[in-house]
This record gives sequence, structure tokens and C-alpha cells, in this order.
Amino acid sequence: MFLATAKEFLAKEYPLDRIRRPDGGEFAGFDRAWWTSAADLGWTALLVPEELGGGTISDDGTRDLALLAEQLGAGVAPGALLPTNVVLAGLVAAHGTGPDHTDTIGSLMSGESIATWAVYEPGAPWSPHRPGVTATPVDGGGFRIDGTKDRVEAASQADLLLVTAATPDGTVQILVPATAEGVAVAPQWSLDLARAFGTVRFDGVRVDAGAVVGRPGDADVIERQLQTALVVQCAEVCGGLTTMFDTTVQWAFDRYSFGRPIASYQALKHRFADMRTWLEACRAITEAAAAAVGQRTDEAPQLVSAAKVFVGERALRILQDCVQIHGGIGVTWEHDLHLFLRRATVDQSLYGTPDDHRRRLADLADAAEHAESAVSAALREAAP
Amino acid sequence: MSPTESVEAFRSRARSWLAAAMPRLDHDAPQRLPGDDDELWLRARELQQKLYAGGFAGICFPKEYGGLGLSRAHQEAFTEESADYEMPFLLNTPTFSICCATLLDLGTEEQKRTHIAAAIRGEQALVQFLSEPSGGSDLAGLLTRAERDGDGWVINGAKTWSTSAYAADYGLCLARTDPEQPKHQGLTMFLVPTKAPGLTVNRIRMVDGSTEFCEEFFDNVRVDASAVVGRVGEGWTVASRQLFHERNAVGGGSPYVSGHGIPPTRPVGNPFTIARLTGRADDPAVRTLLGDVIARSIVDSRLVARVSAGIAEGHLPPPASSLLRLFHAECAQNREDIALRIAGAGAAVGEASGPGHVGVAGLAYLSRQTASLGGGSTEISRNIISERLLGMPREYAPDRGIPFNRIKRGTR
Repeated sequence: MFLATAKEFLAKEYPLDRIRRPDGGEFAGFDRAWWTSAADLGWTALLVPEELGGGTISDDGTRDLALLAEQLGAGVAPGALLPTNVVLAGLVAAHGTGPDHTDTIGSLMSGESIATWAVYEPGAPWSPHRPGVTATPVDGGGFRIDGTKDRVEAASQADLLLVTAATPDGTVQILVPATAEGVAVAPQWSLDLARAFGTVRFDGVRVDAGAVVGRPGDADVIERQLQTALVVQCAEVCGGLTTMFDTTVQWAFDRYSFGRPIASYQALKHRFADMRTWLEACRAITEAAAAAVGQRTDEAPQLVSAAKVFVGERALRILQDCVQIHGGIGVTWEHDLHLFLRRATVDQSLYGTPDDHRRRLADLADAAEHAESAVSAALREAAP
Repeated sequence: MSPTESVEAFRSRARSWLAAAMPRLDHDAPQRLPGDDDELWLRARELQQKLYAGGFAGICFPKEYGGLGLSRAHQEAFTEESADYEMPFLLNTPTFSICCATLLDLGTEEQKRTHIAAAIRGEQALVQFLSEPSGGSDLAGLLTRAERDGDGWVINGAKTWSTSAYAADYGLCLARTDPEQPKHQGLTMFLVPTKAPGLTVNRIRMVDGSTEFCEEFFDNVRVDASAVVGRVGEGWTVASRQLFHERNAVGGGSPYVSGHGIPPTRPVGNPFTIARLTGRADDPAVRTLLGDVIARSIVDSRLVARVSAGIAEGHLPPPASSLLRLFHAECAQNREDIALRIAGAGAAVGEASGPGHVGVAGLAYLSRQTASLGGGSTEISRNIISERLLGMPREYAPDRGIPFNRIKRGTR
């Protein structure tokens, strides 16, 4: 019901033609009123526990968020699902360990405000724990923030920025209002037609001590945000992949060459078989990652990174194969394929590339007790 | 009637029993050179007998045939607990995951009570006599024939690629019993003792030096009527079931195994050990490769879980097991490729006495395609996926529906 409503709502408000914009114009952002309606449908309540006013249909908000993201991905939807839920994941994870942000959680849930995670910095790869932006403690408590963030999703529409910054006590996350003095937002070109990004400059921005989320040096909150981002990314890519794979299978039955449907050629049947296998694997690892994050199991860090490595790359191979099988029309503006390829490429690139997550998996294996035997067990699993 | 033991209770009982009864694995033990492995087979039977004596054998087989009648979740818990112990992996495939699983589905009551129970006790190993020298992927085109002789049958012909037949007691042998029928219809499956008079078993030496595959020659081999598995003339039904179990086993989806281990008969390059031994474990490029192996192995295990559950619950048709077979082959190839890359020049030249842990990457690479050939080629898996999962048109086959004795055959 929740998903059917979401699907209907998306199809009505943001059909692919609206995203494609036949005029080729720039995407300035999604409709604010539309986002408030989305919040009313429960899109921002899934990760928030009932005592903080949130809630979800099942007992597993992460799983529901993944299912919702899949629906959004199936139609390359715009909106602030990823950024707002990532910030909410952080606020909920930090709840009770630092200043109270209950009111902010409430306003994000109602759709009254939009938040985003400002974690990347110009020219730097994914490195959330090594921010160049500084938060310098000032007399009387509070901080002065200086530096620049970029690749900030929905930066122009966000009311609140959750900024990672360096302090003498370690990396801290600070909620900064977009309207604060010294904050300057500039748009960035985006590969995804339905998603806007921006650069945010912090020039001597003053916040009080109550703006801190959690405690300085607390890596768990950042990890929780990362896990949430990866689950949303992988799930929405699975949704888009399914749409385009089904479209391409149908195309193979409808399109005739040399007097027979192209679905009858073994050369293509074998490619479809590979794609079908990878699609099932994408769904399997995404589902497992969402379950692990939802249940906060010890395997969650490994599973989200494995999902990112696999879905991130295989999605692009599958989509490029879909383009190839469509022939020339697959690379036209009019065809839907590029909308999905754009989204999948953006999702592959952000919050760590597949290679970043490969190295993270190697690090996690080293960190695990009995790393060698854990890895040997993984190898045995993989052998016939 | 006692209620079924919970998975967690079973797990903790298994943990203490394993610690007390089973030998631990030594990960740094010298890499075994492939070759004569009779002692490994004796060892596997011994280990299986230990499992049986301890009450942990045949976890997913029904109680009436000597198993424990427990769920896949119980088996998975045991698999996890037993990961650091020596286990009878040689009996996993084909004995348990293919032959016993097929007998369980289609064997007679007597066959189930006799053979499944004996295998679970560690007293019997079973193999498959399916492929033939002239067959390749066209399994149903087989030439081995069985002719009625009184109450029994007389088998003549040749089989090949029978894994571990030299160490087995029985083989599931598919033979043509009616050449007047189209190729899939005139077949019958027999359970043949490997020591039957007239049956010669030779071992085949593979590129990596291993000798686990065999070829067999049937020269007037007599079997009783009770050797028929399923019905006379319906051998393809039995073979199809075997192939389903085989794809499932090769894809890592069988519940009828004592853990997902690699039998020690074949050399395997371990990229992690190689990275450590070559001093490259901290090289970011190498770490990226190692992370890739980990990622794929995790994805593979999640795919097995999802597809197995999908087939069990009916969301996916049984041919979906081909997804596992295909993905598993890809993962295995990727692992060999990465082991070779990390080994670098170490893959070319080993130690004085043998390849060692690094050189074995080169040896294992030689048989890289094994994972894409054994258990039916990946090309056949791709046909199954495209034709039976995606409903694409079947490949043209001029022998379809033609009596077998009128089908044109090549000269080789």
C-alpha cells in the first residue's frame, strides 16, 4: 500500500518526460510542495523511532526505505530521499549522545525543512574522516567553521547542512543552517538530470555548541550515515535496472533482424543470461545489506561495501549492454535509457567508488579477528 | 515426539562437539601437490564416520533414511561452525549433493534406505556416469546402451568425466534402452556397482596434475532389475533431476553438504596468502584486488541464499539454479585471475620442492576454466537462463523428435 501509493504519486508528479525535459533545460530542483506531500506519505519517517515521532509499516525502517528507494529508482525520481534520510540516520544514531535535535528531526520528517550531508571536499576523494573544513572552538562555546564542501546533494534547496569538520578532538559533525551568515552556495553541473548538487563555502560561520551532532570523534554516526546512503543508492539502482532490463528483454522480442526476433540469437541470449544473473545478484546483495543495516548486525559494514562494489559496477555494465542491444536509439536523448544510466553512474561515483569500497573491505577483513580464517572461509564459500 | 531442536541450540551443541571431536584445519600447512589421493578418500570416509557417530551427519536428509531431518538453517549453522575444521568435503559432490539428493527424489524406497543411509554412515560413495567421450554438452545424445537380459540388463559403452569414480562404490549410469525413440525418451538410469565385472575405471590426468576425473568402459556389465532408478525409458527425468542438483551443488546451493569447502584434491591459489607471502598485502592496488575477491564472495553467498529461497518458496522456477552455476563460475575465474595477478612472477617459478603457496597460483590458473565446464558448461547455463527464465526462443536442434537411430552423427 505504502509502495503502491509512492509509485502512483511519482508517476503522476514526475513522469520520465518531465525529468528528460525535451527542451534540454537545466534542472533547478524539485518542487518544495511536492516534497512536503512526499513527507506526508511517510518517506522521511522510516528511520526515525516512534518515540521521536517516526514510524514505519514493518519493524524494519531500513528495509522499507530500501523498498521505497527501489520505487524511486524505477522512475529516476527527484527529491531529497537520500540526503534527508542520511541526515536523519545520523541524528537518530547520535540521539542521546550530544545536544538534542528532536525539533530538527520533527521538521525534517514533516517536510518543512530539507537537510543534506556536506561531506565531500573539492579535489578530494571519499574520505569522511579527514575533513579539510575546520571547526575552531570559540570563546563561550560554539565553533567557527571555515572551508569548502562540494558534491552536496540538493545544496540549493537544503535548509540544513550536516557538515563534517576537523576539531582538535577529532572529526565532528555540525548542523549549519543554509541561511547562516558566511554560508555561500553555488550550483554544480550534474550528470543526473533529476538531481542537483552544489558547492558550499563556509567563511567564518559561527554556530553555538548546540549545533554539534553527537560527540567529536564518534565514527559510528558517520558509519551509520554511510550505510544508509549506500543502501538507498543500491536499492534505487536495482529499481532502475529492473525497469531497463525488462524494457530491453521486451525490445529483444519485438525487434526483428534478418527475419527473426533478436531474442532468438544465441549471442544475445547469452548476454541476457549474464545480465539476468547479475541483476539477481544485485538484488540479493542489496536486500542482504538493507537487512544487516536494519538489524544493525556486525556484518553491516561488509555487506554495504560489497553491495556498493557489485551494484555500482554491474549496474553500469548491464545498462551499457541494454544500450548496445537497443542500437543507435539507445544513445538518443528521446530514449529513457540515458536517464537511468545517468542515475546509476552518479550513484556509482558518490559515497565512495567501488574501488574505495574494495579497499575498505580489505581493511575490514584485516581488522576482523582471525582475519585470515574469515577470509579463507569466504574463499571456500566461493569455490565449487 | 520431541520438538525440533532450535538452530541456536543445534549450533552451540555443534560448536562444542566439533571442538572435542574434529581435527582443526591448518591454514599454513604446505600446499599439497595433486596426484594420488587414495589416502584423502580414506580420510573423508573416516571423517564422515566421525560426523555420523557424533550425530551431525546428513543434517538435511530425512530421518527414515539415516539423516537428521533438520532444516537448511541447521545445516548453515553447522557449516559456519565447522569452517575451521577438517571436513569430508570429498563426499559433498557428487555423493551427497547430487546422487543421494536424486535418489531421495526419485529412487525406490529400498534404494533410499540402502544407499542414502550407507553414504551418511560414511560407508558408501556414489558417483555419476553421465558424460560420454563423444557427447560434450549434448548429454542426451549418449551411446552407451543397456539391453534386457532375462530379469536384468547388460550394459555396453563408455563414460567419461566421472568425478572420483575410482573411489566410489556405485555410479548412477544413464544408458540407452530404446534406440527407436527420440533421444530423450529411450533412456534409463541404473545404479551400477563400480566393482561390477566388466566395468573398467581409468583415472584421467588433468593439466594441474590432479587425477580425480575418470573414464569407464562397460563390457557386458550385468545389473539386476532392482538397479533401475525411476522408470525404464524415463531416464531423462532422473538425469534432469541430477543436473538440477548438480547445478545447485556447483553453484553452492545444495543443503546436502558438510559445509562449502574445497576438497584438498585440487590446487587453489589463495590471493590473501599470496599477498602476505609476496609482501604485497599493503599495496593499495593489491588491496583493491583483495577487496574485490571479498565482495564477490559475499555477493555469491547472498545470491545462493536468495535464489535457493526463491526456488523453495516458488517465486523462482527450478532452472533458476543456473543463475548460481553461472555466477559461481565467474567468481571462481575471477579469484584465479586475481591470485595470478598478485603472485606476479611468483606464479612462474615455485620453490625447489614444488609450487608452494605462491606458485600454486600458476598451477591453479591452468585449470581456470574447470569452474565453467564441470557440471555442464556455462554456455548451457546461459541457454537455460535465457530460454527457461526469460522465455527466449530455443536453439534450433535438427535431432528433436527424431528416433535416435536415425539421427545424423559426426565422424569424430
